[in-house]
Order: sequence, then C-alpha cells, then structure tokens
Amino acid sequence: MKLQEYRSKEILARHGVPVAPGETATDPAGARTAAERIGGPVVVKAQVLVGGRGKAGGVKLAATPDEAAARAAEIIGLDIKGVTVQTVLVAPAARIAKEYYLALVLDRGGQAVTVIASADGGVEIEETARTNPEAILRLPLHPLIGLQEHQVRRVGFFLGLPAELRKDFAATLRGLYAAFMESDADLAEINPLVVTEGGQLLALDAKIVLDDSALFRHPDLEALRDLAEEEPSEIAARDAGINFIKLDGTIGCMVNGAGLAMTTMDLVKLAGGEPANFLDIGGGAKADRVAAAFRIILDDPNVRAILINIFGGITRGDEVARGIVEARASLGRQVPMVVRIVGTNAGEASEILRAANLITAESLDDAADKAVAAAGSPA
Amino acid sequence: MSILVGRETRLLVQGITGREGEFHSRAMLEFGTKIVAGVTPGKGGQSAVDGRVPVFDTVAEAVAQTEADAACIFVPAPFAPDAMLEAADAGLPLVICITEGIPVLDMLRVHEVLRAGGTRLIGPNCPGLTSVGGAKVGIIPGDIHRPGPVGLVSRSGTLTYEVVQAMTDAGVGQTTCVGIGGDPIVGTTFIDVLEMFNGDPETEAIVLIGEIGGDEEERAAEYCAREVRKPMAAFIAGRTAPPGRRMGHAGAIISGGAGTAESKREALQAAGVRVADSPSQIPALLREMGVR
Repeated sequence: MKLQEYRSKEILARHGVPVAPGETATDPAGARTAAERIGGPVVVKAQVLVGGRGKAGGVKLAATPDEAAARAAEIIGLDIKGVTVQTVLVAPAARIAKEYYLALVLDRGGQAVTVIASADGGVEIEETARTNPEAILRLPLHPLIGLQEHQVRRVGFFLGLPAELRKDFAATLRGLYAAFMESDADLAEINPLVVTEGGQLLALDAKIVLDDSALFRHPDLEALRDLAEEEPSEIAARDAGINFIKLDGTIGCMVNGAGLAMTTMDLVKLAGGEPANFLDIGGGAKADRVAAAFRIILDDPNVRAILINIFGGITRGDEVARGIVEARASLGRQVPMVVRIVGTNAGEASEILRAANLITAESLDDAADKAVAAAGSPA
Repeated sequence: MSILVGRETRLLVQGITGREGEFHSRAMLEFGTKIVAGVTPGKGGQSAVDGRVPVFDTVAEAVAQTEADAACIFVPAPFAPDAMLEAADAGLPLVICITEGIPVLDMLRVHEVLRAGGTRLIGPNCPGLTSVGGAKVGIIPGDIHRPGPVGLVSRSGTLTYEVVQAMTDAGVGQTTCVGIGGDPIVGTTFIDVLEMFNGDPETEAIVLIGEIGGDEEERAAEYCAREVRKPMAAFIAGRTAPPGRRMGHAGAIISGGAGTAESKREALQAAGVRVADSPSQIPALLREMGVR
C-alpha cells in the first residue's frame, strides 16, 4: 500500500527527519490560507499515488497566497494518469543548492533491507541506474542488527555532504530507517533530499510503500488507505477477500491461485483475446465468494464472456459447479461462461454445468479458445 | 531416490488441530507420509486426525518423544514466524511453511536465524512438496502425480498442480515436485532446488515454473547454463501482467521495468532451457528432449 507524500512526510518527521512543514488543502481557499500561514513563496503539489505528476502539471510554484489559490484551482480536478487530483500539499518553496537521493528498500535478491543513496537526486533512481550506475551506493543491512553507525557515516561520506551537515544527515538516515522498520515498509524514499542555499538539510519529497502483509499490525496505517485512488471494483474485491486487478480487455477471468490466474490471462491473450481482469478467488471457492467474484467481474461493462478455471485439487468439483450455477442464477447481467473444473468429481461437475447451459472445457487451452470465441459472438 | 523428503521422513505438523492443518494432515497420511507428531500449544496430550497423531505443547517435546526430523507449518501468519523459530530451535533440519501473508521484515529475521543455524526452510506461502511414491508434505493434491524421471520446481501453487496434471496425463512422471513459494523472501530458492535435482541420479530432466517479479528466474538461468546438463523445460506466468501491480503473490510484481516474463523467458532460453507458451506444452517439450 502506497502512502501519499504528505502522509509519508508526517511519518518521517515523527522520526526526526527534517521535513519542511506544509499543509494540505482540498480547495483554492484552503490553499490560500495555508500559503498565508506559511508566508513567502510556496509550492503547490498534487497528492496522487501515480508517478509523473510534475510532468503532468501537478506541481507549481506560487509567490503569493493569491497565486497559491490560483495554482491550486488549476491542479485540483486535474487528471493525472486517470486519477483526479483531490488534495494538494502547500509547502514552503526551498531554494535548492544540491539534491540527493536516499532510500531504504527491501532488496529481494540480496535478502536484506538495503540503503540506496546517490548524489544525483531529483531524478528517478532507475534512470541513474541506467545512465550512471557508479553514482549509486547500495548498502545491505544485516537482518538481525540493522543500521549501524559506521554505515551511516559511510553513506554520508559517499554523498560528499559538507562536514557541518553530517550530524543532520545521520539523524535523517536513522530516522528513515526507524520509519521503515516501525511501519513495516517495502520502500521509504526521500527524493530529493536537498541542501538549501541556506545550508539546511531538508526532505523535499517522500514516498513510503507499506508491506500489505504487515498491515494487520498497523491499523493506524491501514486507515490511511486512499480509497479515492482505487478502482471501486478492487475495493469491493478486497472486502470480499478476493485478489482482483482490473484490466482493459473483454474476457473476465475467475481462477483459484495467483500463478494459475496469471497463466489463464496469458492463455486468453495467446488465443487472441484480451483479459478483463486478474482474479484469484483463493482456496475452497465457496458459493458466496464465487457470487461476489461474479458481481465484481460483471460490474465492468466491457466484459463479454467469463472464463472460470478452478483447479479443485482436493476440493470436490461438483460442489464448485453447484456454487457457480447457484451464483449465476442471481446475476443481473448474463454473459457466456466457459467453465473448466479439474479435481475430484470433475465428471459430475461438467454434467451439472452442461445442464445449466454453461460451456465446459477439458483443458485450459481449450477453455481460453472457447472464451475468446464466446466473447466475439453476441451475448 | 528423491530430494528433501521420502518414505523415511518423520514429519511433525505445527497447527495440526486447526481446520487446514487437520484437513491436510489427513491427506498427507492417506498419501503415506509418516506424521509422527502434531504441535498445538495448550493441546498437549490430546490427539488429532481421528486419534492417529499425538499432539504436543511444544516442538521440543514432540521431537524428544517422537524423533521427528521435519516440520510442516499451518499456523496463521501473525504466529508463523515464531513457529518457524520454534522448529529451528528444536534442531529440526527441515521446515516447510505453508502459511501465506507473513510480513517481509519478520521473514528476513527468521530466514537469517534459520540459515545461520543450518535449518533448511521451504516457503513460506508455498504448497509444499511431494516426493512421488515417498511422502507429500503440504497441500499439493496427492493423486495428480505419477512416478517418473522429472523433477519440478515452482513458485506457484495451483499452477504447479496444472503442470503436474498435464505431465501425468501425458504419461510423464515425476521424482519430486517442490513449491518454493511466491513471497519476496523464501527460504529455498530455485537454484537450491536445481542443485539438488542436478545431483539426484533419478532425476533425468527438470521443469521450472516461474512468474513475474524479482530476478530469481534469471539467476536460475545463469546457474543452469553453468551447471545443469539435464534437459530442462520452463513456463513463466504473467506475460499479460501490468507493471507496478502485485499479482496476488506478494513477490509477483514488475517494478521499474524489471522482473518481466519476457526477461525471464529470454534468460532461460539463452541458457538452453525450452520455454513453453502454455503449461500443456511441457510434456511434449520433455518428450522432444528424450524424456520417457
């Protein structure tokens, strides 16, 4: 789960990272008040979770409170990669002498929380990694003892920070580390970390991505979830305990297991169709979960056929088939359905499905072909 | 011969009195797995699975009484890290953790402690493994297998079953099928299992089932090019997965343009591995490479 810039900065500030105080606003008047309180030139920044907001016109300077209100009026309501801006952050405009990149990330390959630092701040780190990899320091931390003082010093020297800022930098990196560990993050990033013309160290932008698996022990962070930026169907799916990601195609997919769900999408594509979604219904495929999955898939008006692929394994195929038939009966919109059930009593399952006029398939390839054909014909 | 587990394995199940634990313990017993003990704190002295398995309060006690030499964990995510540490603390050399949704930072610590102590961990968030004709540990359906010469390693669950079923239907049997798990941090990697298959005289060919995210498949490809002379086939899930989204498994995410299915397919192909477009093609690819 990604946190908005202003939420990320709040967390970092609590852990001693120097962050310029800012205020959020949801309308131009609020932006004016915030700019008045801050005093001096401000920057008005769209609070969205998608990248590239600067290029999209979502970050603007304002010299006066009136200008801040005008800039906020331009930014609020702006569409950035399909997300409508609802909130802006108004923060003091810093005069930047030098920009750095500083992050903690879970490095899967190295199996360690890793410091990533670069004196080339303000640009995407992936870009620096491509163009100038020597400019990046990657420092894995021991899983049991974590960030040590010699490592803090090493990062500071690598960045070539002025001697008088080393203490502030140490507090910044230690604070970033504490924020990462305490919030169970996958990523905690400051980009840019700047030295101002006045010689002050400041985190100008920040991003924290939380480990979804750890949210159960952070109800306070879970409460910060920005539902406005999520697909309503994805919110409904999460509430029903279903893993769902909306895509742009016409063939709805209902599958048990994430790997098999991805494979089913891939085979739909290979058969000449486009998947409308990723959907992992989880273990058991109980009737109420199947019904919820149907509703979520059919909520997408682009869906013209549904491919159901259940590898029952230990579960009984006939029970799954009955669940599908029952759930289908209560649907408002009917589209062709291709069902493939593997597992115990698969034979009985296909009898039940055929009796209910559902298209059955023996293999996954066959199911994908039939679903693509069904989506092409009028429902 | 098989790798990791076999007829001689003396299995202990942590969380055996839970719904999942009891259900799958029954299926394991039916397959022929020797389950010698269960552990549920506070239920020591009772028995599970219709009186067939004695239950202990602690892993240490269970090991002392039954000489268990491997643990399978069905404990809910908030308690699973402690369960893994308890198994390692009792000196068990092999721990298979089925539990899904364990926080990554917990896994980093647990993985380090187990590694340093010499306990091999498989998983978490994995279906376990089956040594065909020997023992199954975990949740892979027992009846999809057929004995034969192919070793299979996978990051997935039901996709593994799909591939195994396709192989069995085509008459291509397996030695051992290992699900290593779909999390960012897992105890046993593709390369670990490939090494074991490479050294196992009964495994004549190897199937690798990967998916988007991370660079485990690319590293495995490097290893294969260097060390493996046995015929290999692979399938990578997620060619149609959008970047930046977690596809169900915590580890299945394309980030910063890395971890795509194409990159993995290319790396494996360059290493001489035959890569299938569909799971159903795997048996034919194996046959073409001379697998009986």
